[in-house]
Amino acid sequence: MSLLSGLLGNIAAATLSKDVRLEWRSKDAINSMLFFALLVVVIFSFSFDPNAEESRRIAGGLIWVGFLFAAVVALNQTWARELRNQVLDAYRVSPAPANSLFLAKALGNFIFVCVLEALMAPLFILFYNLRALGPGWQLIPIALLGTWAIVVNGTFFAALSIRTRSREIMLPLLLFPISIPALLAMVEATTDVLSGEYSARFWIALLMAYDVVFTIASLFLFETVLHAE
Amino acid sequence: MKRLFPIFAFITAALLSFALYEALIGAPTEQTMGDVQRIFYYHVSSAWTAFILFFINFVASIQYLVRKNDSSDRITNWIVIALGVITCIAAYVVHLPQGIEKSSIASTGISVIALYFLVRKLFSPDNVDALAVTTAEVGVVFCTVVLITGPLWARPVWGIWWAVGDVRLTSTLVLWLIYVSYLLLRKFSNSGQTPKIAAALAIFGALDVPLVYFSIWFFRTQHPQPVIGDGGEIDPRMLHVLLLNWLAFSCFAVMICWARYRLEILKREVEETLALESLLEEPRSIR
Amino acid sequence: MTQNNPIVTVNSLIKQFGRFAALRGVTAEFAPGMLYAILGGNGAGKTTLLRTLAGLSEPTRGTVSVLGSSNIRAICHRLGYMAHPSLLYDEMSGMENLRYFAELYGIKNDQRCAAAIRSVELDPELSRAVGQYSQGMRQRMSLARSLIHDPELLLLDEPFSNVDMRSTRDMVKLLVGLRESGKTIFLVTHQASLLEGVADEFVWMEAGKIVNRTRDLQYAQEAQ
Repeated sequence: MSLLSGLLGNIAAATLSKDVRLEWRSKDAINSMLFFALLVVVIFSFSFDPNAEESRRIAGGLIWVGFLFAAVVALNQTWARELRNQVLDAYRVSPAPANSLFLAKALGNFIFVCVLEALMAPLFILFYNLRALGPGWQLIPIALLGTWAIVVNGTFFAALSIRTRSREIMLPLLLFPISIPALLAMVEATTDVLSGEYSARFWIALLMAYDVVFTIASLFLFETVLHAE
Repeated sequence: MKRLFPIFAFITAALLSFALYEALIGAPTEQTMGDVQRIFYYHVSSAWTAFILFFINFVASIQYLVRKNDSSDRITNWIVIALGVITCIAAYVVHLPQGIEKSSIASTGISVIALYFLVRKLFSPDNVDALAVTTAEVGVVFCTVVLITGPLWARPVWGIWWAVGDVRLTSTLVLWLIYVSYLLLRKFSNSGQTPKIAAALAIFGALDVPLVYFSIWFFRTQHPQPVIGDGGEIDPRMLHVLLLNWLAFSCFAVMICWARYRLEILKREVEETLALESLLEEPRSIR
Repeated sequence: MTQNNPIVTVNSLIKQFGRFAALRGVTAEFAPGMLYAILGGNGAGKTTLLRTLAGLSEPTRGTVSVLGSSNIRAICHRLGYMAHPSLLYDEMSGMENLRYFAELYGIKNDQRCAAAIRSVELDPELSRAVGQYSQGMRQRMSLARSLIHDPELLLLDEPFSNVDMRSTRDMVKLLVGLRESGKTIFLVTHQASLLEGVADEFVWMEAGKIVNRTRDLQYAQEAQ
């Protein structure tokens, strides 16, 4: 805990551990999310026949689209607990910096979505008989960077959506267009590694640039969005 | 001001007519593509106009957020100047890939500074948000024109409606998607803080644009794709017609934006007056 | 805090939500160390005023000065806020909630949290989730949350709504004690009678304005 505090600052660490604890306790969201993730994989395997050669070529794309949809369902829950009982007001009234809250929520979502991916990925590998013909270890930074790309913007846009009607649909509406370069990078990088045809290095670099740009932008603008009433 | 608008509208109409004539009849016919190529004058002019409008939206969004207090305003002014100057210097110092003129980069840097301060001068901190809405809406319209004329041109000439790896067309599509989501956000948000959150989204969108461009550019190096539109050199006579069309389209855009901006300002004035009224009158007591 | 400087000053405060004007020009000064009861019918602007003082709502026009500062974010560690929703996590126990919110104020002291809970006559050891509390217990825990950082100024919005008589009496007793120790309290309520003899001043609001300030409850609510 104190290592976490050292890395993130006390408030972000406290918020993150509180969220993880609450999620673990209720297990509502986790259970339904995990099942949803499983369903996505199964439906994909019916829609895109795993035996066909083409399907293995597009597996990179399928995996990430699956992750994206599962992530959106998770992201929509980001602020649900804070909106109940107006807990967000308690946060706004306190001297705690807005960025700490954002960082904690983004990291919480990141962990959560990674857990989902850890479940879905083996299933995809199973159904599609995937093998990495390129450097397989690269899949890890791709997954981490790509997930952060979705989650950092997703957490920010979830906060934007709080101030709108039709909250649940607003999040993907805002998230998808902006995520297109990241999505392209994730899919291409994964395909490159699986097929071994090209080097995924440029895509990984692009993902890093994307992550840096939007993490900074989110941290910069979150305070404005949080206090917008 | 009121008399200026009809005069300007008349000039615009005249320009558009002349540009139309030049595009359809005056300009030379393209060798390989034939008359279909003439759509290029609309496609490219709309694209440039849309990009400039979206850029103005970006500037207006930033100004809405920073001009609220003096210190952030001053800091931003200096940052803008610094960025423009760095761009100009970099244009002459850094080795550029071929096909890109040093002078065009430098002039882009200068025009960015000029545009920022022009917007600052012409629009008060309160009205800057009305400018943002206006340019977003009109920009989306022009962007739609680009996305429609693109496939219409591509199909007869290259046999395909769309090429995902076409950098310009796909980047334009993503930009269109971002700004449609911007307009939806504005429509769906609870009015009090719409300008702030919309401004945040516009900034995110603007940051995304270079990333979009690079990602698609790299995509096509791995997946060879046909290029929609002229690859390289353009006949000087065609260039004249293109610039003429662009001028006409820009005037048209200014005209529409002007009208839309006035409409937005009037709407806000009405709202404010009604709000002031409710402020002053004694409401019936609520039992 | 000297007795002569007002703790809260509002000047021509206007708050509009589109065409609806919640506050239509409120000008007032409030001295420290007093318990102010803010009364009025629905839509009078009481909640909006409190939220503006707490820094949750930006005024459309006019100025606010709280604890000597017009930037409420700068002094927010010296004020406590409570509203009708509990501002607590339903899934955690009282102690866990307080521990978390104390962290937001830079307080990492379990004893202080326990003391705050005891001061509202609740048991710090209770491991029941707050969501399962009765309304009275929840509001008391919410009050404890707003007190954890020992604020000088308390802003309470309808703390007694739907609360049983015993909890209400306990809270009023606690608030009197806090006032005696030098804190300033703004309390919005519909139930004026609860504060008879307790509040130092009754502030009557109607249609977004303060219409009267009295020492006792004899003022009739009809507009004059």
